[in-house]
Amino acid sequence: MEDSILKIENLCAYYGNEQILKDINLSFPRNKVTAVMGPSGCGKTTLIRCINRMHELVSGARVSGKVFLDKEDVYSMHPIVVRRKIGMVFQKPNPFPTMNIYDNVIAGYKLNGIKISKEEQDRIVVESLKKAALWDEVKDFLYRKGTFLSGGQQQRLCIARALAMKPEVLLLDEPTSALDPKATSRIEELIGELKKDVTIILVTHNIAQAARVSDYTAFLYLGELVEFGPSERIFSVPQDKRTEEYLTGKYG
Amino acid sequence: MQGDKVSVRIFGDKAFKLFIIFLSFVAVLPLFLVLGYIIKNGIASVNWQFLINLPKPVGEAGGGISNALVGTGILMLLSCVFSVPLGILAGIYLSEHRRGKLSYLTRLCVEVLQGVPSIVIGIVAYLWVVLPMRTFSAFSGGVALSIMMLPVVVRTTEETLKLVPNALREASLALGVPYHRTILKVILPAGMSGIVSGILLSLTRIAGETAPLLFTAFGSSFMNLNIFKPMSALPLLIFNYATSPYPEWHSIAWGASFVLVVFVLVLNLITKLVVRKWKTQF
Amino acid sequence: MGIDYKETTDKSLKKISSSELIFRRVLYISAFILVVLVGAVFFSLLVSSFPSLKKLGIRFLFGKTWDPVKGEFGAFSFLVGTLLTSFLALLISLPFSLSISIFLGEYFSRGFFSSFLKSAVEILAGIPSVIYGFWGLFILVPVVRAFEIKLGIMPYGVGIFTASLVLSIMIIPYSATIGREVIQLVPSELKEAAFSLGATKFEVIRKVVLPYARSGILAGILLSLGRALGETMAVTMVIGNANILPDSIFSPSNTMASVIANEFAEATETLHLSSLIEVGLLLFIVTTIVNIIGRQIVKKVSIEV
Repeated sequence: MEDSILKIENLCAYYGNEQILKDINLSFPRNKVTAVMGPSGCGKTTLIRCINRMHELVSGARVSGKVFLDKEDVYSMHPIVVRRKIGMVFQKPNPFPTMNIYDNVIAGYKLNGIKISKEEQDRIVVESLKKAALWDEVKDFLYRKGTFLSGGQQQRLCIARALAMKPEVLLLDEPTSALDPKATSRIEELIGELKKDVTIILVTHNIAQAARVSDYTAFLYLGELVEFGPSERIFSVPQDKRTEEYLTGKYG
Repeated sequence: MQGDKVSVRIFGDKAFKLFIIFLSFVAVLPLFLVLGYIIKNGIASVNWQFLINLPKPVGEAGGGISNALVGTGILMLLSCVFSVPLGILAGIYLSEHRRGKLSYLTRLCVEVLQGVPSIVIGIVAYLWVVLPMRTFSAFSGGVALSIMMLPVVVRTTEETLKLVPNALREASLALGVPYHRTILKVILPAGMSGIVSGILLSLTRIAGETAPLLFTAFGSSFMNLNIFKPMSALPLLIFNYATSPYPEWHSIAWGASFVLVVFVLVLNLITKLVVRKWKTQF
Repeated sequence: MGIDYKETTDKSLKKISSSELIFRRVLYISAFILVVLVGAVFFSLLVSSFPSLKKLGIRFLFGKTWDPVKGEFGAFSFLVGTLLTSFLALLISLPFSLSISIFLGEYFSRGFFSSFLKSAVEILAGIPSVIYGFWGLFILVPVVRAFEIKLGIMPYGVGIFTASLVLSIMIIPYSATIGREVIQLVPSELKEAAFSLGATKFEVIRKVVLPYARSGILAGILLSLGRALGETMAVTMVIGNANILPDSIFSPSNTMASVIANEFAEATETLHLSSLIEVGLLLFIVTTIVNIIGRQIVKKVSIEV
């Protein structure tokens, strides 16, 4: 197996008394796109929220196990550091409404009080917007508020914002489920490009999308990791019956 | 027979509608009566001199309301100083902690405070500030007015922040921004227009309050900028002059009422404009 | 890779953690201060009432004579004055505020008339009390005086009746607004069911809307009552300031709020001051109870609906 950047060991996640994730063991290969799939309620969103330690922010949430980012356990690091190294893009685009596009991209630095020169800021903004395939569309409107952008453009803005922090891993939580097909395919193209710089973990309920975009796929069912492997194999010859049933649409 | 019954019902229906319309308009008739008389009687007294001059003793012409205008302004500022920071912070706490003993207790206390008659708050400010200082003062008036403003600021802050979508907060936290910075730099700015409008609205209420000032700021016939001494205020002046036996003072009271009403209405309008222009789109 | 990590040294992380802690503490303390504040208000009033509480005891509540010169402080007349003016005001305002609620809730919920009435009600609520009092004193009092002459009774002009009139105008906006909101919350399915059975609008309002909105309207009434009980300036200016038990609705009198407004600034003697503060304490307790009950009902209604 290729060099893995993220290794999950015996991860269990709870919400009060309910156990959402049951003893997950999983490795994510560096600079590849790994899809995390499964029916609703299988725990895929909880899984990635445990990776960047967002899960524990909800009251009553509990986590046990280890998540190694480059050999260091995320749960022994300061959560702030973790979240700066691992970026996240959410299902519904959420640019900051009080900031213009420029400030949105650089928000991670500004809000954290990280001081960098104006030239450096400009460089980061341009680079991030280019990587998110949004530069050409907004370069003349950098100082307008982001709310006039379309859904797809807003989502690419959120991707740019996450990329500006130069994360090692980018978590995408169903990033295209709120978007129209055209915007969706643009972002899927983007994902293929981005993996050169950053490892991508993509949560999706869209089987076709996972098949199109990902190199590896993990299939989760009722909080358990059922199967993991190269996407080509998973989609053509799934080894577990549950995976097969999901892929053939037995449950949604 | 059936036909008669139906036509009676239809008649009753129409009569009721007319009755409702009639009563509703009669209900707001006093508004026009009050405003009408204030404009009629007040506008004659209001001129540039009126606004700039100090009050003069009875019998002397040319008395004005300048010290009352300044006093009201100072009192409004003072009431913000105490109530705004504390109110916003408490409002943030309440919006962040939906459940919990302290939240429940705080919300209850805010409700209680909102319902306390303004004159009782005046008594409290008297006991807490005027007695120890041994003098009436604008400062004590400011304390009384702050206590009145506080519940409104807390409520508005809590309600505005509750409306800020959780997605914003998650976006910020996911960037590694610490909690306190998320609240102060993302959530609070997003709710600013609502909070500011709440503050402005309570200021318009404060501007017209008389009872809490009766034995705190107390009033004065001099121009006074020292907040630790008694100070005049527009509503106080109106009260004192209106209940006096002198017709010249009555005219001044009408003029002052005109100024006060215009001020309150304008401030109300400004608040609405601020909300419309500043409102954050989510 | 990643951000220049000299920004996230242990030292800066420690600073972040301590800032977080301070922030959370400050928020907690702010909420706590609010609670303490209300407690302090109550206790200040209580403690400062001790002299008269001790000396007069229950005579305070039931005594009819309030004479600072003689040192007798019976607040019964003020209690009666307050209750009379408030309930009379409530009675007078009820049909009007209910009409406005129905007007805005059922007949004209949108459009020009709706905005007009809504703004008018808003402005009514925003006019300072002292201005209502001023207007009442100079415009309403002569009218009432003429009316009293017609009736053949003492033409004071000022008194309980006049004060109730002014008060009723002032409290209309409160019950009108809440009433409108509750009426608009009535589910349209219920109304449509009645209409489809052939009921007229009047009947739907009478038999479906009002019963459904009953508790909300009651809450609005309670909140108006709370407001009326504590209203000071307008009442002071038109009630006549007589420390006597009213014998008719046209007699001059005083309310708990107005007697404080009148006498507090000049009260020098301890027992007088303390008695006035005790009146304030009483006012505080009564208005708090009424307001809490009103708001509890509003909450219940909002949750149910």
